[in-house]
Amino acid sequence: MKYNWNWGIFWELSPDATGTYLATLFQGLRWTIATGLSAWLMALVLGSLIGTLRTVRNPTVVRLGDAYVELFRNMPILVQMFLWFFVVPELLPTGLGTWVKQLPNSSFWTAVFALGFFTSARVAEQVKAGIRAQPRGQTMAATALGMTTAQTYRHVLLPMAFRLILPPLTSEFMNVMKNSAVALTIGLMELTARARAMQEFSFQVFEAFTAATLLYLALNLAIVLFMRRLERFVAVPGFTAARDAVAAAH
Amino acid sequence: MLAHFDFDVIARTWQVLLFQGLVFTLQVTALSMLGGIVFGTLLAMMRLSSNMALSRLAAGYVNAMRSLPLVLVIFWFYFLMPYIGAWVTGASQPIRVGAFASALITFILFEACFYCEIMRAGIQSIPRGQANAGYALGFTYWQVMAQIVLPQAFRNMLPVLLTQTIVLFQDVSLVYIISLPDFVTLASKIAQRDGRLVEMYVFVALVYFVVCLTLSQVVKRLQTRLAVATH
Amino acid sequence: MKPGASLALAGLSLGLALSTPVLAEPGTLDKIKASGSITLGNRDSSIPFSYLDDKQQPIGYAMDLCLKVVDAVKAELKLPSLKVVYQPVTSATRIPLLANGTIDLECGSTTNNAERQKQVSYTITHFVTANRFVAKKADKLHKLEDLKGKTVTSTSGTTNIKQITELNAARNLGLTILPAKDHAEGFLMVETGRAAAFVMDDILLAGLVANAQNAGGYTISDDALSVEPYGIMVRKDDPAFKKVVDDAMTKIYKSGQLSAIYDKWFVKAIPPRGITLSIPMSAAMKKVVAHPTDTADPAFYAN
Repeated sequence: MKYNWNWGIFWELSPDATGTYLATLFQGLRWTIATGLSAWLMALVLGSLIGTLRTVRNPTVVRLGDAYVELFRNMPILVQMFLWFFVVPELLPTGLGTWVKQLPNSSFWTAVFALGFFTSARVAEQVKAGIRAQPRGQTMAATALGMTTAQTYRHVLLPMAFRLILPPLTSEFMNVMKNSAVALTIGLMELTARARAMQEFSFQVFEAFTAATLLYLALNLAIVLFMRRLERFVAVPGFTAARDAVAAAH
Repeated sequence: MLAHFDFDVIARTWQVLLFQGLVFTLQVTALSMLGGIVFGTLLAMMRLSSNMALSRLAAGYVNAMRSLPLVLVIFWFYFLMPYIGAWVTGASQPIRVGAFASALITFILFEACFYCEIMRAGIQSIPRGQANAGYALGFTYWQVMAQIVLPQAFRNMLPVLLTQTIVLFQDVSLVYIISLPDFVTLASKIAQRDGRLVEMYVFVALVYFVVCLTLSQVVKRLQTRLAVATH
Repeated sequence: MKPGASLALAGLSLGLALSTPVLAEPGTLDKIKASGSITLGNRDSSIPFSYLDDKQQPIGYAMDLCLKVVDAVKAELKLPSLKVVYQPVTSATRIPLLANGTIDLECGSTTNNAERQKQVSYTITHFVTANRFVAKKADKLHKLEDLKGKTVTSTSGTTNIKQITELNAARNLGLTILPAKDHAEGFLMVETGRAAAFVMDDILLAGLVANAQNAGGYTISDDALSVEPYGIMVRKDDPAFKKVVDDAMTKIYKSGQLSAIYDKWFVKAIPPRGITLSIPMSAAMKKVVAHPTDTADPAFYAN
């Protein structure tokens, strides 16, 4: 059972001739970050919107919001990616479908869409919990000050809700980065895919996966440190009790 | 395009898909849940232990695992498992680890980290006084855990543990990347053989949706019942 | 997270990985004897070498050859009841799974080349093919240059994807290369218009096209990108086992059994749909039959 160790492999030229194996891994890391960040932005916007709608008084709107969350939460991310990649273009009119399929970087856009919707359902859950966790007095006070519903959400409920749910949002942020690895099944050359390609080209399985592992650990550390800073930056003094209440609810 | 939807391919293959593919997925899920909760509870106890080395080790393991994409972990274990097997059993050469065992071990080791965090919260939710009362009665650590703390922690956390299991059930689909015969892999093989992607993947999505939605409704019911029971 | 702890763990796993493979080596024959079973790695869509029939059972030309080899192993070890275990592998997993002891023989369509011989060994070549691409007839793509700027696909873990990656860089083709999980998925990318061409060994392309819904709608390129000798893989540095396998293969070649097995898969109708590939034995392969060899040198097969 021979396994030939070769840690020097990272400095050898990869077959695509664009650089060393190490460089291709970093290229993969860049795709991971690009995919994760784009999907995260999409998830934040959509998730905040849907989460907010699920707290309004109109029951139809609430039900629609709930249905959205259940739809994207109850299918594996892999299956959702397949739906966006293999199924949706076939359901579009032929011309549009072909255009979608031949889009440059179509794997990237598909991955961002799939991850964005998938994660938005989770963000919506958090946002709803964050709004619900605030005492009713907040809304009453805002109404007494003459604020409209939109103003109440914009100036009172949402700013505090986001502060409350920062910790769970941090883990969702990490999740979206990690889940971007699933996109290797639709041909996205992100970090895990590059490690796998490196293994296939050079046959150095364990070196390739060790490098990818270290890069993921570093990426996570960066996110944790960034979110901690953000948390401290937006902190409102004397507001930790309510947050603990939300944390306990999870 | 929907007009061309070929129900025939589903009619011909649903039995194979459900009774082989989905059953494989469910078996891996159920066994990984059991193994994951047991190992996760041990990890949680290690994390809460006063022994710094133990608690550091457990925390390091949990945090490292939680930082990695499951896809990468699946690859790691798939290739590394025979070497680990040889190391554990003291065999002189890598041993063959079957597909099912490989998937099972991977999910137990990975999901244990998530169960660990849940059980840790569960154990911490039990007032210290109860454990101290147990010690005062002459119970050992293991007796206190097994007879006082864990049963309550487990009960309190049951809905969260089950929610995590739904996530696990969805995660099992990722064995697709190493071509293990789960629900998604079988469906994709038939889809490719018969050129019926749309039908197969829509069917797969639908089955997952129905199963997960049903399970999550059950969890919700359970949650309300538990909440009523404790108050 | 605590970075110190995580790093310590990473270090631990690394140390474990580093320390394990350096072991004294009893050979594959001992392993087979001890376990009473031999594990064959099979593919799921390498038609007609190694693929699944309607009942999801592995069949094919390479599987037949492997089963003959298993008979020889049975005789060698005097183990008539030796159990045969099948383990599905993909292009990406076959080499690590052979190296890590999961499979003992890889029975498929694996190119024998010098680079892979650093990790694995090959027995006698069982087929000689060339790297080409398939495209839709309507797209009129025949030469490598026709693909400029297009999206092409190839199966990850193959020599083919490596070669197209290299050619893409060397000739500045501006290709987007989409890695596919297996041959069926690669062909599917062309079928559904995700990719303009699928780069693969021509014999596998012929098998996929013959099985396609619209077999007349595809063409295989004129340009051959390389010569690819296929071999059954065995673990490296295990001369005792390799000798048993090589001897068994040589016997099949010399005794004339090979032509019957060859015809069964390449000339006659094959399961599951009774399609006929109609590919007579090439000159290069005839040369191998006359002089059985396990060489990876393309020059041997070229003339």
